[in-house]
Amino acid sequence: MMQLTPAPLPNPPKLKVEAKGLSVRYGDKVAIKSVSIGLPERQVTALIGPSGCGKSTFLRSLNRMNDLILGASYEGEILFEGQNVLDRAVDVVDLRRRVGMVFQKSNPFPKTIYENVAYGLRLADVPPKAELDARVEKSLQQAALWDEVKDRLGESALALSGGQQQRLCIARALAVEPEVVLMDEPASALDPIATAKIEELIHELKALYTIAIVTHNMQQAARVSDVTAFFYMGELIEVGPTAHMFTNPREKRTEDYVTGKFG
Amino acid sequence: MATHTDKAFEKDLHDLREQLLAMGSRVEKLIADSVLSLSDRDSKLGEAVRKADAEVNRQEIAIDELCRRILALRQPAASDLRLITTALKIVTDLERIGDLAVNIAGRSLDLNQAPPLPSAPELSRLADAAQNQVKRALDAFVHADATAAEAVVQGDDLLDALYHTLFNDLLGLMMEDSKNIRRATSLMFIAKHLERIGDHAINVAEMVIYMVKGTDVRHPRSRGKRPN
Repeated sequence: MMQLTPAPLPNPPKLKVEAKGLSVRYGDKVAIKSVSIGLPERQVTALIGPSGCGKSTFLRSLNRMNDLILGASYEGEILFEGQNVLDRAVDVVDLRRRVGMVFQKSNPFPKTIYENVAYGLRLADVPPKAELDARVEKSLQQAALWDEVKDRLGESALALSGGQQQRLCIARALAVEPEVVLMDEPASALDPIATAKIEELIHELKALYTIAIVTHNMQQAARVSDVTAFFYMGELIEVGPTAHMFTNPREKRTEDYVTGKFG
Repeated sequence: MATHTDKAFEKDLHDLREQLLAMGSRVEKLIADSVLSLSDRDSKLGEAVRKADAEVNRQEIAIDELCRRILALRQPAASDLRLITTALKIVTDLERIGDLAVNIAGRSLDLNQAPPLPSAPELSRLADAAQNQVKRALDAFVHADATAAEAVVQGDDLLDALYHTLFNDLLGLMMEDSKNIRRATSLMFIAKHLERIGDHAINVAEMVIYMVKGTDVRHPRSRGKRPN
């Protein structure tokens, strides 16, 4: 029998990343206000909410991608393995290696399939060919793409289908052995079959990685995530076990959003 | 209350509630008529109950179909999902209540062929109590009132007590005169059907509590054991 009231977890999972009182501004505009939330280790956290609610801003804060936006400023802290990633002393290149990202639109480099995956590894240092080959293969296998491309690694990545390109981008993110993978609408430009492959991949990857995914597709959030966080107008309204958030949320605004009563 | 952005979805949910209400009020009437067919010795009414059950069955099928369509097309969540799953379960209880009313009517038709037994006042009290439970469970559904539904769940004790008293009274009639046995047995069946109607009302009320609060109150003694 399913209990819908959230039972306390026997062992609360370790939080891999924890935002405390995080606010982000773009110039004068407040994008998110005092958000406190943890990403449980090796679980999938889905961030949902209407456009402009701050979910992507939150996601991009976790590896400081917002730094690239002029006028972006942070308050509060984001602890990653105990260290505040907002600290000026943090090496953002290293941070982004450890907290990788996959975007809405697949963006392979105009290079071969092999070079796309090897790219990040070559940036760090240049490993011996055999090691590079092994890591490219491992990453492509983790991204469930290896069987489809193993005989054509020298071909242009741009010749792949949209779904394959997206999995290639995931392989590229995995190649540098991140600990956290952030996904911003990773399947919104894909057909249902390619979407299902990405979702299946997310299930497999959570054995190894902590994952946060932004999605506009609520059924997708329901399917892939363990924990769901609902953002609205820059605030974190509610966060909880996904099954609970979609059957019996506590907050009226969450209820209205997941039942389609907004706007 | 906020409405769905998708008006067609809003209409589907509205239709579902309306259909459940229509089915509920039809079933209430079937119970009342089946009991009247006995107390007033009105066999025409008894026949009408038997015929009207077909419409209850049609309503059950239509509501199930609507629920499946909403599930497939709308992927309902939260309170909408709880409404749909509640609807899918309570139509079964309502349909069973209809069947039990038909059974009561059938027994009445039989009893009306013979002279009445000395009156058993507990029978009309049991009939009233059963009808009242069904009515209150349906009202709790209409008003999404978990407190009222909880009162229905608590109200089952009265029904059980009336049933046991009646059972013993009827046994007494049988022991007094063996010519009473056939009729008293029929009345016992009717009493059992009324008691079962009360149980179905409880099921409806329990689902209403789930629909409103999201907590499942059924089988409290089975709690804490996890299915394998």
